[in-house]
Amino acid sequence: MAEIIVVTSGKGGVGKTTSSAAIGTGLALRGFKTVLIDFDVGLRNLDLIMGCERRVVYDFVNVINQEATLNQALIKDKRTDNLFILPASQTRDKDALSVEGVEAVLNELSESFDYIVCDSPAGIEKGAHLALYFADTAIVVTNPEVSSVRDSDRILGVLQSKSRKAEQGETVKEHLLLTRYNPSRVEAGEMLGVEDVKDILAIPLLGVIPESQAVLKASNQGIPVIMDDDSDAGQAYDDAIARFLGEDRDHRFLNVERKGFLSRVFGRKG
Amino acid sequence: MGILSYFRQKKPTSASVAKERLQVLVAYERNQRTQPEYLPQMQKEILAVIAKYVDVSTDDVQINLDEDCSILELNVTLPEKN
Repeated sequence: MAEIIVVTSGKGGVGKTTSSAAIGTGLALRGFKTVLIDFDVGLRNLDLIMGCERRVVYDFVNVINQEATLNQALIKDKRTDNLFILPASQTRDKDALSVEGVEAVLNELSESFDYIVCDSPAGIEKGAHLALYFADTAIVVTNPEVSSVRDSDRILGVLQSKSRKAEQGETVKEHLLLTRYNPSRVEAGEMLGVEDVKDILAIPLLGVIPESQAVLKASNQGIPVIMDDDSDAGQAYDDAIARFLGEDRDHRFLNVERKGFLSRVFGRKG
Repeated sequence: MGILSYFRQKKPTSASVAKERLQVLVAYERNQRTQPEYLPQMQKEILAVIAKYVDVSTDDVQINLDEDCSILELNVTLPEKN
């Protein structure tokens, strides 16, 4: 039985797809057979972030409509063993997904995978609802910014009332992933800090991903940022995966890095 | 005095303003989520009755129902008498 993880946020543009790609890759790198599913029907992007956009033949909707088998639609990642991608359809709309269809696909995947990572579309409509409906665990991606925090709280409300677990009287396990964190702006009082967001949302913190140039660099090349293990964001995602799997790791990149005398003189690039 | 007060009175940072606004809003919205569906309508009707006698606006009435629906709390802020 696979564990179903939804990466969700309510608000768009906070880093759901970047995080899904990093989390899926991180789990696969640790030896777990993992599948990444793009639920953003009509606006797929996970394929692009994972660098497999030219290998898409069949998609999630084709499988639901039984126009293709799962094996035909799953794309095996070229860099990481144990990692597969199920792309969303680019030509249909979100109504192409149905509860029964999604359930059948998840059940079939569940037989052979350890983790199923569902990359949710933004919003709280059908696509987002279906992405979280079957989840055992939710990773709520939030930016330290008012509208993102509010929407995250809204999504937490949906998880607690409209997920299958909630309907069965159980709870979906919730994790907070704070992304695009800028320690120097937090220090200047211009940005909500980790503790502020934790206070408001009141769910356990999985990780803090610093605002980083590495993220754009990685998406430009179609490589999940977690593969860039020299980068701050890559390391922060790796820490988050370790914590997800039960390891106890301190949070890093929360404070402004003071440049040492030598690196200031020689202008070493971060 | 002038110089001292300059140092003493720190303007709240924009982040702390954000936190305060969010705390109020999130608490309100959570409350809305958990309340029964009839509550907004009931609030409207109670307000209509009160408005017949006193000049009040929607913002002056707050209705809270505790979780197990055993206590109904009704707060009406009446206009100040001149």
